[in-house]
Amino acid sequence: MSAILNDETKKVLVTPLVNDNPITLQVLGICSALAVTSQMSTSLIMALALTLVTACSSAAISAIRNHIPSSIRIIVQMTIIASLVIVVDQILKAFAYDVSKQLSVFVGLIITNCIVMGRAEGYAMKNPPLESFMDGIGNGLGYSLILIIVAFFRETLGSGKLLGIEVFKLVKDGGWYDPNGLMLLPPSAFFIIGLIIWGVRQWKPSQAEKVEYKIMSIAHGEGGHH
Amino acid sequence: MPKCKHMEKLNATLEQYEQYRNFIIYKDKVLALGNDSLEKTIAIAVSLCLVCAVLVSFAAVALKPLQIGNKADDMKKNILEVAGLLEEGANINKAFSDKIESKIVDLETGEYVENINADEYDQRKAAKDPAQSISIPKDKDIAHIRIKAKYAKVFLVKESGVIKSIILPINGYGLWSTLYGFLSLEADGQTVQSINFYDQQETPGLGGEVVNPKWRALWKGKKVYAETDQPSLEKGLITEADIGEPALSLIKGSVDNTKPGSQYQVDGLAGATLTSTGVTNLVRYWTSNEGFAPYLKKVRTVKEVKS
Repeated sequence: MSAILNDETKKVLVTPLVNDNPITLQVLGICSALAVTSQMSTSLIMALALTLVTACSSAAISAIRNHIPSSIRIIVQMTIIASLVIVVDQILKAFAYDVSKQLSVFVGLIITNCIVMGRAEGYAMKNPPLESFMDGIGNGLGYSLILIIVAFFRETLGSGKLLGIEVFKLVKDGGWYDPNGLMLLPPSAFFIIGLIIWGVRQWKPSQAEKVEYKIMSIAHGEGGHH
Repeated sequence: MPKCKHMEKLNATLEQYEQYRNFIIYKDKVLALGNDSLEKTIAIAVSLCLVCAVLVSFAAVALKPLQIGNKADDMKKNILEVAGLLEEGANINKAFSDKIESKIVDLETGEYVENINADEYDQRKAAKDPAQSISIPKDKDIAHIRIKAKYAKVFLVKESGVIKSIILPINGYGLWSTLYGFLSLEADGQTVQSINFYDQQETPGLGGEVVNPKWRALWKGKKVYAETDQPSLEKGLITEADIGEPALSLIKGSVDNTKPGSQYQVDGLAGATLTSTGVTNLVRYWTSNEGFAPYLKKVRTVKEVKS
């Protein structure tokens, strides 16, 4: 590994998985994490699409970073990202039609996914293409990891299946498991992601945000000005 | 004068080379400019747009045939599904060509049209072509579709030559979108087998529930046309005299199956009154004389002759 990857590339690949995870630490890309995680198959495709788009757009933006006029910086980034997303959408429609129907607007919404823009603006504008590409892959994997965990709980508890294969036999098919309908609805991902964030910050206290202000007790009669 | 031709070619190549060199010189000049100069900003914006446009159009054009194929397969899958013939993992194209027969029907007369290739006919495309479509008079346009194709493409499921089900394409306006789907009737042209919508943009969770299998299952066994109370119905022998006007509708709340008339009623979609009205209207429109009533009449007569 170390022969091919220098320390910087290794760092940008590994840190976004837990230590600097785009979803749990930066709390970016939540909207699609809520929407597509009711099934493992859609989550995997979405994760793959986002990882590819982030990596390729970061590499492309990084390659021309020294020539991007600052006044149209964001527009240039958006154009590159949007083009890649359209290409990915077209490919999905051609090779994975059913999945693309289920993902519907969410593939197109990768354009506005905060992770892609965040990496372009935060990393690719200042670093060489290869590192930016790896950074995109790393952040995509961090996003994928959370999506897979959420989808695992939502699909097994919500429909008793995993990747469409039965794991719990449902009551309506003569089994014992009564599926939790909430798990099929987007709000359930809120709870799961919340629990994951809590768990990670418990495990790595350095990730917890500092308390910005203290709530004063009413007995002091001072009210809460900050 | 072969020499001259050679010269021309050479000149053209030289000219191209010259243009290319100019381009390189210009490129170097622009790239050397300050990033915030107006010229560079415009040059970068234009060239980026060009590159991205080429990339996107290449992907769109190159993948188009595959996408069209996928759409056609999806349509076949929907038709098999509404006919109750969809099997997990089976080859859709094979199942479709084995079990389903496509026919073109003249909506006005109800006769089959034999001189059009049913496999190639696209009813949705035909509806947009003024030469192949009819605009619907306002007072009759309850489905709010304004135009319909002259010829409709119906699908028949036959078992040893006898019609088992008749699958009719239907469309009409809901709340936000035109819903496109299929209504599958039994051979009597009266009893509903199933309904599905393959293209709609109604509110997910409310009107979008038209695709919910549970709701769609309520349609099974419902009757499309009002029937007179005649004993012949009991035996499943329906004569033309028994068939009345289109009567099927979605009602508010749940259908009480013990009440008379419940065979013409389906539960409305909760929280989606406008979509429900739209579905009622489009089913009634397509089963009326404007739609498939003349055709269904013919199908029933043929059956009577045979039996």
